[in-house]
Amino acid sequence: MIRATDSAKPLRLALLLVLWLVAAIPARATLTIEISGGAALQIPIAIAPFQGEEAFDERVPAIIAADLARSGQFKIVSTAGINPLPQTPAEVRIGEWKARGASSLVIGNIVRQPGGRLDVQFRLLDTVKADPQAPGGVTQLAGFSLPTQPSQLRLTAHQIADIIYEKLTGEPGVFATRIAYVTKRGNLHELQVADADGANAQTVFRSREPIMSPAWSPDGSRLAYVAFEAKKPVIYIQELATARRTVLANFKGSNSAPAWSPDGSQLAIVLTKDGSSQIYAINADGSGLKRLTRSDAIDTEPSWSPDGRYILFTSDRGGSPQIYRMPAYGGEAVRLTFQGSYNVTPRYSPDGKSFVFIQREGGRFRLAIQDIASGQVQVLTDGGLDESPSFAPNGRLILYATEQRGRGQLAAVSSDGRVKQKLSTEAGDVREPAWGPLLKSRP
Amino acid sequence: MKRLTLGVFLVALLAGCASTEPAKEQARAPVEDRAAQPAAKAEGSATPLAPAASQVNPLRDPNNILSKRSIYFDYDSDAIKPEYKPLIEAHAKYLTEHRSAKVFLQGNADERGSREYNLALGQRRADAVRKMMSVLGVDEKQMESVSFGEENPRATCHDESCWSQNRRVDIVYEGE
Repeated sequence: MIRATDSAKPLRLALLLVLWLVAAIPARATLTIEISGGAALQIPIAIAPFQGEEAFDERVPAIIAADLARSGQFKIVSTAGINPLPQTPAEVRIGEWKARGASSLVIGNIVRQPGGRLDVQFRLLDTVKADPQAPGGVTQLAGFSLPTQPSQLRLTAHQIADIIYEKLTGEPGVFATRIAYVTKRGNLHELQVADADGANAQTVFRSREPIMSPAWSPDGSRLAYVAFEAKKPVIYIQELATARRTVLANFKGSNSAPAWSPDGSQLAIVLTKDGSSQIYAINADGSGLKRLTRSDAIDTEPSWSPDGRYILFTSDRGGSPQIYRMPAYGGEAVRLTFQGSYNVTPRYSPDGKSFVFIQREGGRFRLAIQDIASGQVQVLTDGGLDESPSFAPNGRLILYATEQRGRGQLAAVSSDGRVKQKLSTEAGDVREPAWGPLLKSRP
Repeated sequence: MKRLTLGVFLVALLAGCASTEPAKEQARAPVEDRAAQPAAKAEGSATPLAPAASQVNPLRDPNNILSKRSIYFDYDSDAIKPEYKPLIEAHAKYLTEHRSAKVFLQGNADERGSREYNLALGQRRADAVRKMMSVLGVDEKQMESVSFGEENPRATCHDESCWSQNRRVDIVYEGE
């Protein structure tokens, strides 16, 4: 309850509303993720309890195991019944682990340091064949000590899972990344950011008007998005660390579909100020507007190639919405999709060789992926109302929005269609997911 | 009393309760009851009241066609159906007689398909209404055509009975 003098009331109320709108508030709903399906070949790995882990609320080995299992590329081998559990390489009896089918084993410990700091140490060991030259006869594939604090243990666990994942698959892991998405409960709309495993959801913006199209800056520090509080769609950029918000584009008519260039200096956006929906480029500070498409049709949903040379987009210039590609400076567009009468929402893969999109077939909307060089298309989902695909930054998984039991929910599918994930929240609709970038380091 | 109202207002804001139907704000155009097919009602059945001693705002007078604010469209279409022309003509006339009045023409689409593409479809519909008003003499400075795409549905079921209510343009006067 506010106590305010009459003269200060309007100002206080305005201030409270502003704070309420932009404060990073822990979100009420949490995301839980369940997985089905799996990669053709799953790597069997065992993760032993870490010495000293019981002292902390966040259990590092369990988080690592959940991350690896959720990727669909690993099979977690149970450590039950192995007694005693090894704590150093010398204590590992390879035969025991091989008998359970594990090809790798992770052991570790958490060491307290002065001043509340911790060191989380782990070793990834090969349990396929013994190496007489190695200490204890066990080959170490990786071993690190990560300085951290109790409040950062989840992040450290994700970083360890990334190291293990990269060592065993050759690809970067995405366990330490974050996702953004929009929730709607009644007329309360929230833009939230959570860890890739659904934990630590925070509200970064809330409004009684809709929110759409969140897009991460390539360095992960900002989100561009569309909000309607001005009774029309306007593009904002919000800095996550400070919650500072600026208007990127509020031209006459509608402003939408922000897409960052790979170097973060520009965005492609869609404006209607000159007639139909057209694609423009604009500097991230709002200066330097340049028109890129010139048609009388709808041109929308731009997506930059990772090398910054091309933009994919949706256009109905040919009579039905299809996917086109043009040079990033504008210029002649080439049509890429030819199956069916509705292909929209193209998103470049991180390696630039393919794109995921939404295809309507028989009245149902589903995800498909097209190889750019060959034009081959593979259908990835069989949902009826799938939309808003977003690639993980290692190109392995695609996050998207779907409908489950009458509610909007998020799901993920691997780029080969074999691994499926369902992400559920407790209440309301979830939509418009955006997977954040890989970060070199996190504060 | 003032403090209590303020407190109630803030509690309502902060509660963000999970109601099943979207609460309509004052800022919206008045909601019309459209359980039946939209085509059944229109045709300018209301006649404007002559200016009288009463100070009723014609924009809000339920007996006045100006209180009707929505134009409905067929699937995949931005063509304005003949039954809505009297409504558009009435608003165009009001705007030419009140040169300081301004409107947002808010286009909408049903939920099927991509949100951004639907934003563009809604825009097309709003633009169609704007073009017609411009031909009828309304100054471009008095109108802004925008889109809410599928984000502001009037009805949320997943079939044509609701989709038809969402394929529409709403006329919203500045300051409402």
